[in-house]
Parts: sequence; C-alpha cells; structure tokens
Amino acid sequence: MERILFGDNQFFAVNHISDEKSRAQSIKFKEDKTILDTIDIARDLGTETFMCTTHDRIINICEMVRQDPEKYKNFSILPCMPYAHKYANAVTELGIVGTIQQYVPGNFFGTMFKGGLAVMSKDYISIMELMVDAEMKMFKKINTPVIFLQNVVTDLLLGLGMKDILKAYHDYVIKKYNVEPGFITMNMPKLLAMLESVGIENPIICSSINKAGFRMSGGMEIYEKTLREKQVRAIAMQVLGGGAIPARDALEYVCNLPNVSSILFGASSKQNIAQTISLIHEFDEKKK
Amino acid sequence: MIKVALIGAGKMGISHLSILGAHPDVEIVGVADTSKMVNDVLEKYSGFKTFTDYKKMLDAVKPDAVFVAIPTKFHADFVEELLNRNIHLFVEKPFCLKYEQSEKLSAIAKEKKLINQVGYHNKFIGTFDEVKRIISGGHIGNIQHFLGEAYGPVVLKKKQDTWRSDPEEGGGCLMDYASHVIDLLNHIVAPINTVHGSLLKPIYSNKVEDAVYALLETETKISGVLSVNWSEETYRKMSTSITVIGSEGKIISDASELRVYFKSAKCPTGYSKGWNVKYVTDLTEQVDFYLRGEEYSAQIDYFIKAIKGEVPNNKNTFESAAKTDKVISLIKNKKNNA
Repeated sequence: MERILFGDNQFFAVNHISDEKSRAQSIKFKEDKTILDTIDIARDLGTETFMCTTHDRIINICEMVRQDPEKYKNFSILPCMPYAHKYANAVTELGIVGTIQQYVPGNFFGTMFKGGLAVMSKDYISIMELMVDAEMKMFKKINTPVIFLQNVVTDLLLGLGMKDILKAYHDYVIKKYNVEPGFITMNMPKLLAMLESVGIENPIICSSINKAGFRMSGGMEIYEKTLREKQVRAIAMQVLGGGAIPARDALEYVCNLPNVSSILFGASSKQNIAQTISLIHEFDEKKK
Repeated sequence: MIKVALIGAGKMGISHLSILGAHPDVEIVGVADTSKMVNDVLEKYSGFKTFTDYKKMLDAVKPDAVFVAIPTKFHADFVEELLNRNIHLFVEKPFCLKYEQSEKLSAIAKEKKLINQVGYHNKFIGTFDEVKRIISGGHIGNIQHFLGEAYGPVVLKKKQDTWRSDPEEGGGCLMDYASHVIDLLNHIVAPINTVHGSLLKPIYSNKVEDAVYALLETETKISGVLSVNWSEETYRKMSTSITVIGSEGKIISDASELRVYFKSAKCPTGYSKGWNVKYVTDLTEQVDFYLRGEEYSAQIDYFIKAIKGEVPNNKNTFESAAKTDKVISLIKNKKNNA
C-alpha cells in the first residue's frame, strides 16, 4: 500500500463542517473531467492511489482511465463500498427486502421472498457476494489492490455483532478478486478486536485518526494504545480533524504514530495537495 | 445491565439495535418484527431472540425498556400497552398521528414515572444545543422572528406507494421531515401555538405533500416561517437549519455550522461583537460508539442514563413530542388556507 492515498470527499460535496463549502465543491466538480484533472495533479506529485466510494460518477472516471492505459499504468483505485446514501434512500422508500430485490442481480430472491421459503445462511452470504460484485463492475480492468467496506456498513455489523458476515466479506474479496480486503470504521479498537476474534490477522483498517480526537470513538487514548500494542495496518483519515487542526500539527501527529501505514487525504487545489504531500514526506524523513 | 428489546427492525430500528448492541450497559433481550427474513438474519448472525408477535416477546423476555420503531400509526396502541406493562420507552418520531393520543400517553408515562423519550435527534447535535444556550441566555435579546428549514432528496420521482406515501399512516413530508424542524423550533424558540396559514404541496407524490410552507407564531407571540421540501435534489442528504433574529443579534445554524452575529460586545464568553462562526466539531462530545452521527449514539446513551437515574428525563419527552404533534395538526387544519 502506498504511504499517501488521495481521497474523494471533496469531489462529492462531503464536508463535515460546512454545507456552504459542500455546495461550492459541487459547483467546482460539476464535470467529471475536473475530477480526473485533480486526480492527475495528485498523481504528478507522486500519489498514484485514489481511494473512493462507489458513487455513480466514478463509473465515468473509470471509463476515462481505461481509455488511456499508458497514462494510468501505475494508477490504482481503492474502492469503498457501498455508496451508502443510494441504499439508505432506497430503504426509506422500499424497505429492506425491497431494496435487496432492487439492487441484487438475479431474480431468485423475488420468488424466494414472495414464496416465504426458508432462506439458508449461505444464501445471505451470497446476497452479500452479489452486492459486492455489482459494486465492483465499474472497476473492470482497473487495478484495485484493496477493496474496502464503508464505515456505515462495517459499524452497523460491528454493533449488531455480525462477525461472521465481516469474515465472509473478508474471505470473499480474497477468493474472488485476489486482493486485500479493508474496513473503514469510526470504531477502530472495537472493530480490530472483533476481526481478531474471527481469526483475521493484521487487517487493513481505515479510521479517523487525528490530533483533535475527532471521531475517535471511545477516545484517543484507546486508539493510541491499540496502535502501539496491536497488529494492524492502519490508514489514518480525517487527519485534519474536520478542519480543527492546522495542517502541519495534524500531519506531524499522524506521521509519528506507530502502525499507521498510510495517510488518506482529500484536497481540491494543487497548492493544498502539494503542501500535504510535502509535509508528510518531511515528517517521515525526520522519523528515519 | 438494562434489559432492552426492540419492536420494528426497519431502517431506524436496526440502527438503534446496532448502537444498543455496542452499549456497555445494555443487554438486548429480544427483537420483534413482522419480517421473517429480518428476524432470521438477526437470529443467525447476531444471536438475538426474535418474535413476530411483540406481546409474546414482552411475556417471554420481560424487558426493562423497549425501543419502538414501527410506522407512526401503530404507536398509540403499542405504547399504551407497553406503558401498562411498566416499561421505559424510546419511541421513534413522530410520536402519534393525533396529538390527543400523545397527550394521553404522556400523562400515563408521567403518572407511572416511566422514562419516556422520542427520537428527535437534532436536540443532541452540538450546534443546535449551542443555539439554545445562546438564546436562553438572552444573548441575542428579544426574539423577533425565526425561519426553520429542512431540505433533502427523498422523493425525486413518481414512485410506487408505500406507507410513507399514505397520510393515514403517518407518511408525507410534514410528518417525516417537517416534524424535526417544528420540534427544534418548539425547543429553541418557544412552543408554537398558532398557524396563520400553510401550504402542503405535492411535487411527485400522489397522496401526500412533498413540501410544507407555513406561517407560525409561538405562545410568546414570536412570528416565524417554516419551509420544508423533501424533493430537493440539490442536497446530498437531509439538511436542517434555523435562523433566529433578535433585537441584539442573529443566529443562522445547521447541523454542522453555527453563525452568530452580535450587535454589541455584550455576548457570551468565546464570542465577540459582529459575526462568529463555530463548527460542530468544536461543539460535539465524543461518543463511545459511532454509527451514523454522534447524535444517534448520544440520544440512546441519554435514555439509558435516564433509566439508571444519572440524568433527568427532560430531553425529548413524550410531553414535548405531543406539542410537536399538536403543531403538525394545526398545520394540517390550516392546509391551503382551509
């Protein structure tokens, strides 16, 4: 995994502190080409990995990448699935069963639910597998070295104690795609304990890690202790703490933590992208 | 450990269940839902006892507290039964279809001294909490006018009918979206008791409104405007905001950003004359388990703490939710200036 990963929140109007900034981002990144141009800026600065949610607009970005294989030969995408709002809106409207019927390919569910037949455990796992495949379609022929489960799903399963489904997701990504499974969470220490309990060793876990303690559920201390004492390949996201910490302080903190393999960041301007990358390099150099 | 059961494992119910599952003081003793498939998954993968009949569940598992997350039209009957069994209750919003039912249930809960809370999670958001603090402290002076808004992309085309599109079952933008804003205005400004006019407009739906616009007045004679639309595709998700204009200043706040203007230097600590901006990140307390916003975890934690007697049962009570239901009914009665 690369040390620095380029994220996608800025492209899809995800801003944790301001709706107004969100709107400004929507306007700026109205065209897919502008998104790819910004990814290219990050690539030119040495960050060849783009981590993104399986948003509909990524379909087109992937298409543009496929059209220029030479230019993007070192480029890879880390998909994060599912794009939760799509399903959340569907559940509001169609209910849980209706949503599965709408989004899971194949028609055997329709007959199964309507007939009220008993569903076997393996069928639930195959629903999950079909949904993974459906989300992965857009990345055909693109290098995807890690496939992530989005935090809203990871954490839902975590709270419900559904460790076997997390394990099944993990195993399926390896079996079907021969790449590494990853998990995004807002509850890193709890998730790591659950993954270890089903025999998953040294997992890739992406979570908020920042000097402000923002979205580090249970408190920073338990996160820092977990990073010091456990085996985990951590990816730090929300390193600026939702904008609460100046970039220099923020990056110095995460660069110096043990077991943080990668740092995920998003930015819209060339200046901010360049500054973040150079600060990470600077603090990594000092550590050596 | 508090023994908790859930009735209704839909979107909100499952979300509550996950947060409860991670809560250190909670033991989940049962789940009741009418979907065999949902029950089956919860039994197989979470190990919860599930039931299709909620009364059978209550008899079997004897919970201390129950979360009710079923369509609003069932609330009145279910909640009365649960109160009669002396169970503490967390009920999803809106509380009841008729405010008379809400008032009656509130009175029973009070008399039986049962902890009662409704899921208006905005009151657990740091920015809105701060707005309440600034206004209650009199820092923007006498309030003259308010604006409450909510927009989001729920219904963006003509679609098949579900209970959400049936006004008799608690569907529509007024019950679903506008109730949040009304509840917040009641809490932050003052209880609304007059509706001077309202427009309930369908945009894509056949039977229910997709937008609500109303002219309101509080019992303290403050005027205000309500503007809510759930067929607004320029929003990525629901966005709720309030503007409050006072003699000494003005506040504009949504769930992430609070902007406040003070006319003079007579303002609370941490603020100064002119415009001030605060972000929810500075106003939010850490939670132990995060699923989809600190407020969802915080409201559940508050409910559990109230049962344990660690906090007063004074946030989002049945009584406050009944006042919200009353405003909803006033808006309906004034519909299109009837």
